[in-house]
Amino acid sequence: MSDYSAKIVEIERVAKGIRRRVLEHSIANNGGYMSQACSSAELLSSLYAGILNFAPVAKPIAPPPFFGVPEIGVHTYVTGQQFHGEPGPNFDRLISSPAHYALVIYSALIETARLREDGLDHFNKDGSTVELIGAEHSPGFETTTGSLAQALSQAGGIALGRKLKGEQGRTWVFMSDGEFQEGQTYEALQACVFHGLDKLRVIVDVNMGQCDGPMETVMGIEPLQDRIKAFGWEVSVVDGHDIKAILAASEKITDVPHMILCYTDPVRGLPLLAERAPVLHYLRFTSADERAKYEAAYKELIK
Amino acid sequence: MSYEIVVRPHQQNFIDWSTDKPKVLVLSADLTNSCEVAKWRDTYPDRFFSMGMAEQNMLGFAAGLAREGFEPWLHTFSVFLYRRPLDQLQMSVAYPSLKVRLVGFLPGIMTPGGVTHQAIEDIAIMRAIPNMTILEVGDATEAQSVLDVAHTIDGPVYIRQLRGEVSRIFPADEPFIFNKARILSIGTDITLITSGVMTEEALRVVPLLQEHGVTISHLHISTLKPFTDPAIIAALSTAKHGVITMENHTIVGGLGSAVAEIMAERGMGVPLQRIGLKDTYAHGASQKFLMSEYEMDAAALVRAVETALGRKLNILETEIHAQRAVDVHSSAKAEAL
Repeated sequence: MSDYSAKIVEIERVAKGIRRRVLEHSIANNGGYMSQACSSAELLSSLYAGILNFAPVAKPIAPPPFFGVPEIGVHTYVTGQQFHGEPGPNFDRLISSPAHYALVIYSALIETARLREDGLDHFNKDGSTVELIGAEHSPGFETTTGSLAQALSQAGGIALGRKLKGEQGRTWVFMSDGEFQEGQTYEALQACVFHGLDKLRVIVDVNMGQCDGPMETVMGIEPLQDRIKAFGWEVSVVDGHDIKAILAASEKITDVPHMILCYTDPVRGLPLLAERAPVLHYLRFTSADERAKYEAAYKELIK
Repeated sequence: MSYEIVVRPHQQNFIDWSTDKPKVLVLSADLTNSCEVAKWRDTYPDRFFSMGMAEQNMLGFAAGLAREGFEPWLHTFSVFLYRRPLDQLQMSVAYPSLKVRLVGFLPGIMTPGGVTHQAIEDIAIMRAIPNMTILEVGDATEAQSVLDVAHTIDGPVYIRQLRGEVSRIFPADEPFIFNKARILSIGTDITLITSGVMTEEALRVVPLLQEHGVTISHLHISTLKPFTDPAIIAALSTAKHGVITMENHTIVGGLGSAVAEIMAERGMGVPLQRIGLKDTYAHGASQKFLMSEYEMDAAALVRAVETALGRKLNILETEIHAQRAVDVHSSAKAEAL
């Protein structure tokens, strides 16, 4: 077992920063994907500050203004991958599947000095790439995944391509549990095993919530671990707020694709949010009184 | 009028073509033999990837491979490339404008496989997708030379491909040229625009129409998007009595619609008749039967010309050159589909 103590301190700092930035933004803009920040803060901070082997960036990158959509023969297109550093055969890649976590991902990029401090000022602003639902021009995104459950197949193709080229870096996919309702996910699960993608890693925020409310009331997906194992994957199940457990699972070397299911609490670090249960997908204040309560919680958080 | 019949035009040609192109991969969804790539798989086993009956995932894998610098050539029936996996086609492949080649077999009503296997609205849907290039081959020469055309396009390409026993209408040394119509005849009474197998169908009767004194500008179209060849505009502008389109597709959104858009945008004031499926699904039967049933055959073209001219030509059905009936159970195909 590695000694994680120094790493964990840094990851905890990043996780705290993610929650703080998303709450700050949600209060200022009367809306935000707050529960996603609460559930995935440790998962994403573990990825960005502990697990992923990315090339460094010289300094935090300013988010570019929107520069147009990809077109036939246009090679000047820069994806949000640039925030992950220059790609290389030994570096990791990260494909984020639930693009609705964009605000959380941007916050993680700021906390790890890859996106400039003022990055969120551009969030959901006309003409900006820091979009509400990240697309491939948005910081931290290299594919377009807002129509959910397409990333695992895309990443499978990337991992297969890297395998053909003999690259040693891992290809990581960040997924949300709701995507295990889509049929394509299961097509991808079987194909990734069939094609022996041993350097493919998936980490899932199993926060058990979706747009309509608790997943068990919308469409159940359990037993998730058994389902994925049945497809031939190696599966680790961890407490998604236990950084040490996430790091340990991430080091597993397997000869099949490996998935880490992070069971999480959608109000972790912001218990006030539980008052809105069971529908936590998006935070929009219903009264001045409610906003005041969140402002008080924010003051508590930054203490 | 009889043509050389080329058996399995894609099979060996694609193998030979791929030899010096190591980035070319094939992805297949359980129709490998039916799409004439079984021998390709056996020749290049390290570049062939079986994706199973799972097209949504196949399109995502293709996108990822293309991002890594490979050129995946997906082989399956046309319907399975755009109906079920349309969102994946759009968001994973077309939006990022990746070099993915979608080789679709059995376009239109060429299969007795029925409505589930007949891609009758593929062009309409593909035309509406930004970044998509649409190519349709009309004979063996095009089925073989389309590879070079698709290969050079720096974006996704959809090919309506032919297989089995295919006529060679155009000389082997006159390959498919991107966005360039083939001018098959010149005349001023009627402008006739055909694509895919409908060109062969039209050619059964065009000489007869000409013998009856009708002058026809006949263009064969193999690039459906972009649709900007000046030769098309020139041919449309000279039609005195009308324009007729013939497509192996619904008349909504395909070749006929593309021609209508040009004519409307340029204020070309002659009537347009679109031959094709008239906003209907078809059913499982032979190509010959369906073309007659849905009034997409040479006889339908004669009637359209008569309508445009406003007079009868007194052409008997028996005068029309016999249609080449493709045997449903031909050994050139993996199964009767």
